[in-house]
Amino acid sequence: MKAAQGRVFKFGDNVDTDVIIPARYLNSSDPKELATHCMEDIDADFVNKVSVGDIMVANKNFGCGSSREHAPIAIKASGVSCVIAETFARIFYRNAINIGLPIIECPEAAKAIKDGDEVKVDFDSGVITDVTTGEEFQGQAFPPFMQKIIACEGLVNYINQK
Amino acid sequence: MGMTMTQKILAAHAGLDSVVAGQLIEAELDLVLGNDITSPVAIHEIEKMKVDGVFHKDKIALVMDHFIPNKDIKSAEHCKCVREFACKNEITNYFDVGQMGIEHALLPEKGLTVAGDVIIGADSHTCTYGALGAFSTGVGSTDMAAGMATGKAWFKVPSAIKFNIVGKPQEYISGKDLILHIIGMIGVDGALYKSMEFVGEGIQHLSMDDRLCISNMAIEAGAKNGIFPVDDVTIAYMKEHSTREYKIFEADEDAVYDEEYTIDLSQLTSTVSFPHLPENTKTIDEVGDIAIDQVVIGSCTNGRFEDLAMADKILKGKKVKKGLRVIIIPGTQQIYLDAMEAGFIKDFIEAGCVVSTPTCGPCLGGYMGVLAAGERCVSTTNRNFVGRMGHVDSEVYLASPAVAAASALTGKISGPKEVM
Repeated sequence: MKAAQGRVFKFGDNVDTDVIIPARYLNSSDPKELATHCMEDIDADFVNKVSVGDIMVANKNFGCGSSREHAPIAIKASGVSCVIAETFARIFYRNAINIGLPIIECPEAAKAIKDGDEVKVDFDSGVITDVTTGEEFQGQAFPPFMQKIIACEGLVNYINQK
Repeated sequence: MGMTMTQKILAAHAGLDSVVAGQLIEAELDLVLGNDITSPVAIHEIEKMKVDGVFHKDKIALVMDHFIPNKDIKSAEHCKCVREFACKNEITNYFDVGQMGIEHALLPEKGLTVAGDVIIGADSHTCTYGALGAFSTGVGSTDMAAGMATGKAWFKVPSAIKFNIVGKPQEYISGKDLILHIIGMIGVDGALYKSMEFVGEGIQHLSMDDRLCISNMAIEAGAKNGIFPVDDVTIAYMKEHSTREYKIFEADEDAVYDEEYTIDLSQLTSTVSFPHLPENTKTIDEVGDIAIDQVVIGSCTNGRFEDLAMADKILKGKKVKKGLRVIIIPGTQQIYLDAMEAGFIKDFIEAGCVVSTPTCGPCLGGYMGVLAAGERCVSTTNRNFVGRMGHVDSEVYLASPAVAAASALTGKISGPKEVM
């Protein structure tokens, strides 16, 4: 899998799917349209600031709440290349893998990395590097079958290739 | 090593003699569920898959419940997409306007979920069916699509937390108070990735409606599922509602649990979750003076017959506080009819409430009760996140039907004893 590198947007604990993509926009399932409202209820200016390749870092239980796949879809379509968190809510975790949004759990990195830092993530080894500070962290690498799903850009392509 | 009840169900569906926590397995599915928000995304995905139709037309349930009757053109297009898919694939359990209900109230009532099942649904509250002794869990749309296509899903076998329930609850105390109390105790990620297994002599005092409410909110503690053992209450419910064969699984005596808690139902009081997380609980005597603008009684958590019966007991013959909007939403058409025959609907309307067709509507800020900036709502729903029911500056207080109905009379958050 290709490494991710970008500038960090930092969030706190329990970032829920209602703030990632509010239900008032769930009458659409178009990734581009969803991306225009990504994180709207927690940071209304996020969509104007985010660039392709940027990385989200959050504390515990990222993506809690609803099962809406629209949440990781909106994050991916906004250009975010990876989400690092202390822990993820389990449905969000599955959904992110299934749609091919790279995510990685690493409590140490989630604590130390600051908003605006430049960060690199190597998915094969699970090593997260804060390029700004030079610090390195060992995240939990995916089991091989999950790596394959993400490398296939999601579960559908993975099933089709099997 | 002994297995938990959840692990036993998963092992049986994976064709294995035993499983251990952390093991990755592929399990056969008894039911795959989707709604009008999540199914269109799943249908888009299944159409990209190189598969010929769905795995089993009787083992898929498509329930139009979130934004219907259609709230706008876009949601109408979504429902149309699902309707056409259901028709083309001859989906037996497709529920549209007129037959539908809120999915997690509807499927047990229709007998589609029974003990021993493995069920996935593209809705986080799919964990509700644990009340019947099934393994059921929420997934996203792509998992739903893969489930519809193959009849299988991959799972990481969860470890479990055991909740030993003892004692008998006092009057006006329901399953909602118990699950809010538990979430307050362990936090919104207190059971992350894990099973919550409810056991003990106290569960005999919990009705099926109580248990459905408790399992429903397991996800609000981050759990993968929340499950009850099968007892006489479960069997009576399944016999009344289903013709399907059920299978009883029991945890091994030497099953291993990450943590164990004991909760005495007799010590529980009415519990309220303050904004903006379900874990921010206070007992009713700690609440203080909080004026409200709206009350919602309904949802997949508390839109069942007993919930409406409790609301009726408190509201009958009285008037809701002037200036307050009180919205009551029966969970299914059958519950609506039963409530009508019991006289509840008349009582509610005479008290000054509105009664709606079944819908998830206000719970997720969809429609039928969206809040303006600065407004507060006492709601029997399941989430009180920022902006959940409308404006980002609005507030949702989660509570039982008894607290919601009492608050409807006083215009502030109130316990049932204050008005009875």
